[in-house]
Amino acid sequence: MSERLKSDEDFSKIDLNPSKTGWMDTPTVIKDGMFCFAAKPQSVKTLDLPYSREWNPKHDDWKLPENWKEIIYEGMRDRLDRFRTFKIFMDICVRCGACADKCHFFIGTGDPKNMPVLRAELIRSVYKNDFTTFGKIFGKLGGARPLTLDVLKEWWYYFFQCSECRRCSVFCPYGIDTAEITIIGRELLNLLGLNIDWIATPVSNCYMTGNHMGIQPHAFVGMLEFFVDDIEECTGVRVNPTFNKKGADILFVTPSGDVFGDPGTYTCMGYMILFHYLKEKYGLEVTWSTYASEGGNFGLFTSNEVMKRLNSKMYAEAKRLGVKWILGGECGHMWRVINQYMGTMNGPADFLEEPVNPITGTKFENAKSTKMVHIVEFTADLIKHGKLDLDPSRNDNLKVTFHDSCNPARGMGFFEEPRYVIKNVCNNYYDMPRNCIKEQTFCCGSGSGLNASEDMELRLAGGLPRANAVKYVNEKHGVNMLACICAIDRAVLPPLMGYWVPEVDVTGIHELVTNALIIPGEKEKTVNLRGEDIPDKESDPDEYYVRPAFSGR
Amino acid sequence: MNVNYMFSLLAVVVLILLAYVGVEGAGLQVLFGVIIPYIAVFIFIAGFVYRVMDWVRSPVPFRIPSTCGQQKSLPWIKENKIDNPSTAGGVIVRMIFEILFFRSLFRNTSCRLNEGAKITYVWEKWLWLAALAFHYSFLTVLIRHLRFFLEPVPVCLQLLEKVDSFFQLGLPGLFLSGVVLLAAVIFLFLRRIYIPQVRYISLASDFFPLFLIISIAITGIFMRYFTKVDIVGIKEFAMGLVTLHPTIPDGLGGLFYVHLFLVSVLFVYFPFSKLMHMGGVFLSPTRNLPNNNRAERHINPWNPSVKLHTYQEYEDDFREKMIEAGLPVEKES
Repeated sequence: MSERLKSDEDFSKIDLNPSKTGWMDTPTVIKDGMFCFAAKPQSVKTLDLPYSREWNPKHDDWKLPENWKEIIYEGMRDRLDRFRTFKIFMDICVRCGACADKCHFFIGTGDPKNMPVLRAELIRSVYKNDFTTFGKIFGKLGGARPLTLDVLKEWWYYFFQCSECRRCSVFCPYGIDTAEITIIGRELLNLLGLNIDWIATPVSNCYMTGNHMGIQPHAFVGMLEFFVDDIEECTGVRVNPTFNKKGADILFVTPSGDVFGDPGTYTCMGYMILFHYLKEKYGLEVTWSTYASEGGNFGLFTSNEVMKRLNSKMYAEAKRLGVKWILGGECGHMWRVINQYMGTMNGPADFLEEPVNPITGTKFENAKSTKMVHIVEFTADLIKHGKLDLDPSRNDNLKVTFHDSCNPARGMGFFEEPRYVIKNVCNNYYDMPRNCIKEQTFCCGSGSGLNASEDMELRLAGGLPRANAVKYVNEKHGVNMLACICAIDRAVLPPLMGYWVPEVDVTGIHELVTNALIIPGEKEKTVNLRGEDIPDKESDPDEYYVRPAFSGR
Repeated sequence: MNVNYMFSLLAVVVLILLAYVGVEGAGLQVLFGVIIPYIAVFIFIAGFVYRVMDWVRSPVPFRIPSTCGQQKSLPWIKENKIDNPSTAGGVIVRMIFEILFFRSLFRNTSCRLNEGAKITYVWEKWLWLAALAFHYSFLTVLIRHLRFFLEPVPVCLQLLEKVDSFFQLGLPGLFLSGVVLLAAVIFLFLRRIYIPQVRYISLASDFFPLFLIISIAITGIFMRYFTKVDIVGIKEFAMGLVTLHPTIPDGLGGLFYVHLFLVSVLFVYFPFSKLMHMGGVFLSPTRNLPNNNRAERHINPWNPSVKLHTYQEYEDDFREKMIEAGLPVEKES
């Protein structure tokens, strides 16, 4: 109970009114709990990225190269020539302020430099100073300021307080996308070796071992075999996943986070059960890869080149194994990369077939070039054609709401597929208010590589608007389960809910699907994948469900 | 006292005085009436074209529309063809909605933190309304002014004037557009002062065009309804400018030259400033591209070649462990 009171107290302290002092004259202080630790030199080195070194954001000396200003200047010039977005977004903002209170980090912290417009001004001011006649003539009056060490530190602090969720871009009359500005800002910082470790080390792991967690091939197999035992214990059915199997129909790629931590593990078991079901009933062969064992791509949070390096493994492995097409698991930014970058960066995927669901005959027209299908699209298609044997009452202990993850929402428009699946496997579904879902969805507060533990204060503040909307449906409808299609969500929403709405737990959609799925040869199920009792048909869900005690952050 | 808007206000006052004294005191009618307007129009056109060409020179490496509606996926799921277009036609409609009706701004909400740890979001239509009122009344005023530059005045212009002066309040008829323009621009100024977040982000260069346009509107309204300038003289002057035979009729008065000078300043200021959003809104890659990237490959002209960690290298790193775990390998040793 004391946790709850503290969160209410934290809420009452938020003040969205900026101070009297202008932002250019307000020095940035790097606060504990609000930033992530610096990248380890070894991780930066593994990727051959520049200026790997030990450094500490809290120290005065960041051990920058002598000519750091020149590097940034050249980096900006180069990116202005390569990205029309950067140039236009620097030039046309009118500071109307429509974006100001759209950012979850601003709403949660009240820090004015978290208003999207000001986050962009941090770099726009330097752009004006160095690249425009206007800025050279009018200086500070025109919003220009020279690049100094303090400005650079401010960039670092605030570009790693943006989760690239693009909510502001939905409201901007010119479509200015702060994610794009942050992406380019982080690219520039990476030119000086200024990454955070929570991004750099997963990226380096992924590059060498195939996944962010650094799970080596034998260990990856071992972990999934653990799940095989767990599944057998719960369902009486022994599933048999295949790895690196040449000639399989489909390659399946999902974030490694789901192999690693609860409640993502249950989603992972869900995939395994579904693939077993499809193989037994329809003979479909889906294989996992240990080389391309990561769907997520923290390269997106480093630079477009690094993103391309990590993403290339999916096509390379699909080609080597000779599969027909690729199926992608539930993940947020992974799908931004697949939907908006993959074909451009690493295509054309002419060695794959245009994806067709062999069970239903459905052609996935929308994926005919990139040749990668979202597992929720795939499952929705199976359900629509009656190919899955489902008993939604097995989820009757749950009252479910759905968190649209930022990237599938605003980088794809992935709204109805997940809702369709959930409504077919659960009897109790409630949406959060309209301003908090679909294209207006709020970030979990930990996206874009900010899901470390040292910045927990930032994460809990940034996740406030999301949690507050969940709290609303919890109080109104008794919602006790928050479904999502993102591995970062599954990792970070439990502590967020634990802090703001402790009555609500978190799940992936495919955990719900396989709870409801009647598997051929299953024993009479008494517990679900989590080892919780399955409800009697007659019981009242309100009385039935008791959430297990929250075990702390 | 806010330095940003005081400075801009002062700048506009100085500009007004400059033109007034220049004409009334020093007799510089030719400078303010002919030379500066010609230069201003040239800078406006050349600057505008240069800026747009400069944007177009940079490629669009990735197709990254902000998707604000359901994607096109399975045939039985209804796609939102406008807010998440999958075709060029959809993009055109989306852009029309953005440019003519300010679609995105229409979504605007205002966030409030309430007692009892509750956040609410209220539809905020005033910025959208004021922005629409401002831009459309400005456009109407601009088009109305064409009657000074065209002989004979086209029928459509006469019609526009009729509609615009729908409310007959004595003579000359009151133009609605002028009043709405002034009211809207004053609203836009006041929200910059009174909304704390907007005040915080506003620069001197945000206030300057507002004061400039307020002054242009006021001088215009003054000339039409109060000082009753010599319309025939102004028409003769304007026709001289467009036919490249500039003449300076007598008796146009200092106020007219102030009005003209402020418009010239606006023209010169335009291509160098945020006012270029007029051109930029057409080119914004988050709005003017379809979300069909998985169906049709987008080409990045500078797609970099990058260093990869290939499967072969990976297998070399882990071969023994892979064999031990029963994983198939390409090479046994």
